[in-house]
Amino acid sequence: MSEKIKVAIIGPGNIGTDLLMKAMRSEVIEPVWMVGVIPDSPGLARAREMGLKTTAEGVDGMLPTMKEDGVQICFDATSAYVHAENSRKVNAEDAVMIDLTPAAIGPFCVPPVNLAEAVNTKAMNVNMVTCGGQATIPMVAAVSRVQKVNYGEIVATVSSKSAGPGTRKNIDEFTRTTAAGIESVGGAGEGKAIIIINPAEPPLMMRDTIHCLTEEEPDQQAIIDSVNEMIVEVQKYVPGYTLKNGPVFDGNRVSIYMEVEGLGDFLPKYAGNLDIMTAAGLRTAEMYAEEILAGRFVPTAP
Amino acid sequence: MNLEGKKVTIHDMCLRDGMHPKRHQISVEEMVTVARAMDDAGMPMIEVTHGDGLGGRSVNYGFPAASDEEYLRAVCGVVNKTKVSALLIPGIGTVDHLKMAADCGIHTIRVATHCTEADVSEQHIGMATEMKLDTVGFLMMAHMIEAEPLVEQLKLMESYGANCVYITDSAGYMLPEHVTERVALARSVLKPETELGFHGHHNLSLGVWNSVAAIEAGANRIDGSIAGLGAGAGNTPLEVLLAVLERMGVITGIDLFKAMDIAEELIVPMMDELVRIDRDALTLGYAGVYSSFLLFAKRAAEKYQLSSRDILMELGRRRTVGGQEDMIEDLALDMAREQGKL
Repeated sequence: MSEKIKVAIIGPGNIGTDLLMKAMRSEVIEPVWMVGVIPDSPGLARAREMGLKTTAEGVDGMLPTMKEDGVQICFDATSAYVHAENSRKVNAEDAVMIDLTPAAIGPFCVPPVNLAEAVNTKAMNVNMVTCGGQATIPMVAAVSRVQKVNYGEIVATVSSKSAGPGTRKNIDEFTRTTAAGIESVGGAGEGKAIIIINPAEPPLMMRDTIHCLTEEEPDQQAIIDSVNEMIVEVQKYVPGYTLKNGPVFDGNRVSIYMEVEGLGDFLPKYAGNLDIMTAAGLRTAEMYAEEILAGRFVPTAP
Repeated sequence: MNLEGKKVTIHDMCLRDGMHPKRHQISVEEMVTVARAMDDAGMPMIEVTHGDGLGGRSVNYGFPAASDEEYLRAVCGVVNKTKVSALLIPGIGTVDHLKMAADCGIHTIRVATHCTEADVSEQHIGMATEMKLDTVGFLMMAHMIEAEPLVEQLKLMESYGANCVYITDSAGYMLPEHVTERVALARSVLKPETELGFHGHHNLSLGVWNSVAAIEAGANRIDGSIAGLGAGAGNTPLEVLLAVLERMGVITGIDLFKAMDIAEELIVPMMDELVRIDRDALTLGYAGVYSSFLLFAKRAAEKYQLSSRDILMELGRRRTVGGQEDMIEDLALDMAREQGKL
């Protein structure tokens, strides 16, 4: 077995556990720590069964040994409220932080759009925007790389069962962070994000609608080609990322209707919103790991 | 039924729900004119914003003629006794919009969620309470769940700090017995000091009688709009409700004849098309579909040569919720493809 970069996952909830299951299959990273705060949490128990070291003392429980355990990359799957503190602590131990919360203290990373850029800047903290952002910003970028997009808007519809307490308590973080990502990564002049939670049973698959208003009349064929190419890029890590309808052209409006089916690792397949987040986080970590393995990057405390 | 001497607070929706049939194009000047007339007629409360609430400005719901801030500042600046409210749907609007609206001088904020998702409103209700606003929790599409789970959700909003909670028949689907059951249970479980409201739509022509049923069962705030200007077949037509309530001895403090005059002279002339129970609006009430889907379904049907009734029936079968306007064109494309029209 070739050498792998060791990683820690902070937050043994749904996201953290799904991420763990995906990371176990990786050829370049190896999860060694799962960090939680509730001693009897099923997520910590599951991680222990899978051979990881665990702590219920939060990041502080891992800090004393994380360096000697070789941890160079951490994922934060907790909440925006505690993220900054977690990040500061692991950065001080020379580990890169990949932020799956909407805290957004580091640069945004949407893998098919700007992963290479994010890794090249060797940022010690990168933020994965939001689930809705991961599902839609590639489409905004697919249009904006063809021609100027004055306004980009996305509507993410998720099943009630896949919207966890963190999202619910701070739904404004979702709309704000996603809108900011539509602008800075998607390339739209103005960004707007809407999230809808639907309780239908059986739970509906994540749906995402992307509306772009282009400055000039849309170049239809170029946009169709660009969208299809971008979908192939996303499908590399989220195979269930599917174009349902569109692009629809109506004056300067370009509308794209997507469905996101998850891999069903730990989370159900309908929870494509959570899957695309963990898959994007993992892909980002793998790219960092490749840089570290190739000797081009040594994570160092800022 | 004896409602003699009961006092209720009437809340007019023309300048918010009425934005739906107007495609959000009511001008600031029209809003000011209507608000002044409402104030003069003794209307206790009026709601002002984009039809989908603060931050509703979007491709998905429509771009309004003016910003929420322009509307609110103008209207708050001309009313004397009438209180102004704004609607906020978490997921569309944020606490930033709430702060802006408070700065414009609103008296009331109404935080709306789907009937099963009250917990997304904690942040917004909490902040509004801290800001000492009259804070209302508003559960939409309340026909989609039974009375007991509905009341659990109302209690959540109450626990976040709402001093008033609403049962909202967004689809105009409820029959009077459904209203009675839900309102009565809510009244028996909520704190006595928590106010309770009902918001109806007139898709089955039951807006007036559902409102009377709500009052009888213990609601003390009632929404409607003069001349029914609102989504679907409109809100409960207030001048009609007021006439009925006056006959029953309910006290509203509103001048009935002035309300009738506003309907005839201001609101009906503003309508692009008469707000009435046409085939599609009736389908909303029959199938339990969010009332503001009406014009979107009509437009999609026209564009893709489909039946708008078929689209609305399917949206009902799929159990779509408020705000899912984007799924209408998506569904229309699927239907057009199946029917060989694409």
